[in-house]
This record gives sequence, structure tokens and C-alpha cells, in this order.
Amino acid sequence: MSSRTDTSLVNDPQPAAPASLPETRPIYWSVRRELWENRSIYIAPLIVAGVVFLGLAIHTLSVPGPKSTLPGLQAYAAGSYNMAPAPIMLATFLVGLFYSLDALYGERRDRSILFWKSLPVSDLTTVLSKAIVPLVALPLIAFVLSVATKFFLALFGILVLLANGKSPSAFWTQLHFPQEMVVMAYGLAVHTLWFAPIYGWALLLSAWARRVPFLWAVLPPAMIFVAGNHLFNSPYLASMLKYRVTGAMETAFTSIDGKIGDLSKLTPSRFLSTPGLWIGLIFAAVCIAAAVRLRRKREPI
Amino acid sequence: MSSIEARGLRRAFGSTIALDGIDLRVEEGRVLGLIGPNGAGKSTALHAILGLIPYEGELRVLGLDPWTERDRLMRDVAFIADVAVLPRWIRVSQVLDYVAGVHPRFDRAKAEEFLARTTIKRTSKVRELSKGMVTQLHLALVMAIDARLLVLDEPTLGLDLLVRKQFYDSLLNDYFDRGRTILVTTHQVEEIQDVLTDFMFIDRGRVVLASSMEEFESRYLEVMVPPDCLAAARALGPLRERQILGRSILLFNHAGRQQLAALGDVRTPSIADLFVAVMDHPQGAAQ
Repeated sequence: MSSRTDTSLVNDPQPAAPASLPETRPIYWSVRRELWENRSIYIAPLIVAGVVFLGLAIHTLSVPGPKSTLPGLQAYAAGSYNMAPAPIMLATFLVGLFYSLDALYGERRDRSILFWKSLPVSDLTTVLSKAIVPLVALPLIAFVLSVATKFFLALFGILVLLANGKSPSAFWTQLHFPQEMVVMAYGLAVHTLWFAPIYGWALLLSAWARRVPFLWAVLPPAMIFVAGNHLFNSPYLASMLKYRVTGAMETAFTSIDGKIGDLSKLTPSRFLSTPGLWIGLIFAAVCIAAAVRLRRKREPI
Repeated sequence: MSSIEARGLRRAFGSTIALDGIDLRVEEGRVLGLIGPNGAGKSTALHAILGLIPYEGELRVLGLDPWTERDRLMRDVAFIADVAVLPRWIRVSQVLDYVAGVHPRFDRAKAEEFLARTTIKRTSKVRELSKGMVTQLHLALVMAIDARLLVLDEPTLGLDLLVRKQFYDSLLNDYFDRGRTILVTTHQVEEIQDVLTDFMFIDRGRVVLASSMEEFESRYLEVMVPPDCLAAARALGPLRERQILGRSILLFNHAGRQQLAALGDVRTPSIADLFVAVMDHPQGAAQ
């Protein structure tokens, strides 16, 4: 193949040193790329927040009797206000799960993996950018939307009180906005850490499965649940699954009822000393490392 | 420095051997065509060179090990698989943003300039573009990358003649220079014959024939022989004989031009003709 003399030393137009970019640039653009492709990451929580706002606004208005008492109206307004974040956070956790199950599967199904791999972006960067979506981006979206929904519900409660000729000052003093923001941020952080192994496992399945990663994610736990309960009459496996879903609530808070803005109910040290948290995080890290290894040899399906 | 150097490159999928010990050396500034039937191992060879699959044997591409250093290698390598690999959901402006964001050698202005000559809108999604436009878009991206090695795996598959012609014209006139190396596989051998400096026939994971175009042109000759000279021509041991419109065309390896001229019109065969001949009699051609 070398019948012609190599002239590259004389007129090589390429610079010897490779041009380089800051290490964070590929990961930044890769995360943006995920948000372009999966617009449901922010649209689904946004829709849920809108529905929550409308539903709770109607709930606030549905105070029995037009000439209701001040405490009644106040309680309704405050109740609506307190309920707002839970469905939004639940929605983002579900979006994160479905996103993770498709993240490394979709690019193989539509063959675009060949395009992504033709660019100087490592498998580690790609998988990390996909893990960042459920572990960082979605909790941030949930936080912003929860704060915004709460803010607008508070505003709405004040307007309703004013429209009924009531003073909003008593309602206003019930709100503890800064404390509530701390509690919401804490709640999101502990749940994200607690659910990290679920996301990690979903990412690994999406890198591994040849078809329908969703079934691989759903069937084995369902079978464990059924087998544990009915065949072996042992609730142990089922309770393990239940623990992974509810454990963060049980270990990071003293109780889940009452006022949300109560900082004394947070038990971060108990949460951080729970072995289940650390076992879960190690499991998540192993899953993500395995997904990086798998993606390296993955081709279109 | 050679762009690609492989020794005993081997790859098996279970009991199927896709690459059975290929030796390959491509110098900088060459345009090598890999030609072979379906399932011959062309794509497997390209994928090994691009670091998409693991392999046995020795392989260095631009001095790097593609399997362990793919992301590093891709700074200097551009790759078009076939037209269908650009994600269908992405917008033209987004793919420009993304490649500009992650590729240190991407010149966005160059890509914009190329796109300005097409009817592709920045706001369109890839799924809204015709097959030809997707190819133009991918070509615009690749030509704006200052790569040292360009790998094309059936880049014009399923495109009409006009787009195929434009594709290779753009590539040769606006992109290729002696500092770059191009590796291409295609079924439309006739269309790239003028483009190539070297070619290689691959069958069942092995190199059947490797040659530079200069060598090919001096070594293989085709003669259109009238019926009365046919017996004499056959006595010279042609590689292959075929009939077109009632006339016999014989392909020779290492025969004297003078000698053949006495038998009929002598011309340089097409690579496609040689390919067919070699696939029928691999031993004769490789001598």
C-alpha cells in the first residue's frame, strides 16, 4: 500500500499537538443533548405542576359555603399549599426511572450510537451525562417547580382571602417559606440518594437489554414479590423492595405528618448512618461502571 | 507515519470468523477502497479501526489503539456509517451546537458555509429532511472537522445518482488533501474508481487482493477479442472471459500489452470486472 513516498514530514498541514477543550465541555453538552432529546424531562413535571396547581386552587375555592369562616378558609388554603410538592416529586422520580431505562437502549435502537461514537466523547462521559439527568437535573427541576407551585398557591390563597373580605395576615404567618424550601431540598436530596441504585440498575439494564428494558426492570421484582409472598410464604423479599421505596422517608424524617416546614423533623445523621443508603450508593456506582464497560462494545440492534 | 497499520487482525463472533488475520498498511494521503461481497468482513474491519469492537491481533490507527483510546482517536478521525445514523429527533442547529461543543477540531463556520449552499433549514429536524439532505448534513459536519483520517462505510447507500456524485465531488474538491487519509467501503465500485489510490478485495474475512491503482493499471489488461483470434487469446491464459453483445472480452494478468494488442482492442478494466474475476479465481489474480 506504500508505493508512493511519504511526504507528510514536508508538508503536513496538521499541528502536532492536539487541540483540546476543557474536560467539562463534553459533559455539559452531553447533558444538554439529553434535554433536547427527552423533552419529557421537564415537560412532564411541568404538566403535573400545572395540574396540581389547578386542582389545589379548585380545592381552595371549594370551601363549603360562600360566607365561610376565616379559620376554615385559612385551613383549606394552607392544606392545598402543603400538598403541592409531593405529586411533583413523584412525577420526576417516575420520569427519571423511564428515562434511565431508555437512555442507553434508545441510541442503539435508532442506530445513532454510531454517530455519537464518531465524536471524541468517551463512554464514561456519555454514561455520566445520562446518570446526571435523574440524579441532578430532575431533582433540580422538581425543586424549582415545587417552589414555584407553592409560591403561586400562596398567592392564590391570599387573593381568595382578600376576595372574601378576609385579612390574609394570619394565613401569611402560617407560611414558613425559607424553612419549607430547606425541607423540600432535603427531601429531594435524601430520596435521590436513596433511589440512586434504582436509577443505576435501570441504566445498566438499558445498556444491556437487547429488547424492552422496561420488562427486564419490572418483571423480576414483580416475580420476587409474588414468589416471596405466595410460593415461599416469606415476606422478606417483598419487604426489601418496599424498604427501597420507602426507606428514605423512614430514616430521614421523624414523622411525615404535620407541618412541612418543621426542621426539627429532619434526621440527617440517622439517614447518613443507615447502611441501606451506602449499600445502595455502592450498588449504583457498580451499575454505572458496568454500563460504561457495556456501552464500549455496544452496537446498533 | 502510516495512518493505519494492522497485523493479523482477527475478529470472531462465536464460531463465525468475520476477520481472519488481515494485514493492512495505509500511508497518509492515500484513498483506500475496501471491496467485497456482503458479509466479507468490510464493516467489521472498519469497526475495529474505529474502536467500536474489540479484536485480536495488532492494530494502530494514527499511532493509537482504537479499542482503548477511541475518544482520543476520534479527535482526528471522522466517520460516516450510512445515512441513517444521525439521530432523527435532533435539529440541524442542535447538531451543529453539539459537535461544536464536544469536538476540538470542528470549524462551525465551515459547516455553516457548506449548509448555506443547500436548502437545509437550521430549524428542521433530521426526520423532516430527505435522505439526500441528511447525507449533505452529515457531510457538512464531517468536512468541517479537520480530521486526518476519514472513514466512510457505504456512505451513499440508498441515495440517487445525483447525490452520490455530489457527495464524492465535494469530498474530493473541498476536503481531500495529501495530509488526509480516506478509507471507504461501497458496493458502487465504478463510482469511486477514479477517487481511489489503492484498493483491497476482501472475502470471508481475508484479503484476496491488495493493489495500488498504478499497479492495477499496469498489471491488468482487458482485450476485446474477435472470434477468429479467440483460440489464440485463450491460450494466453486469461483470468476471465465474458461475452458482451456477442463479443468476447478477456481479462489478463501480467500479459504483454504488445502481445494483446495483436489480438484486439486493449483497455484498462474496471475494478468491478477484476473483482468478479478474482472472486471466481482467487489464485490466478494473486500471483
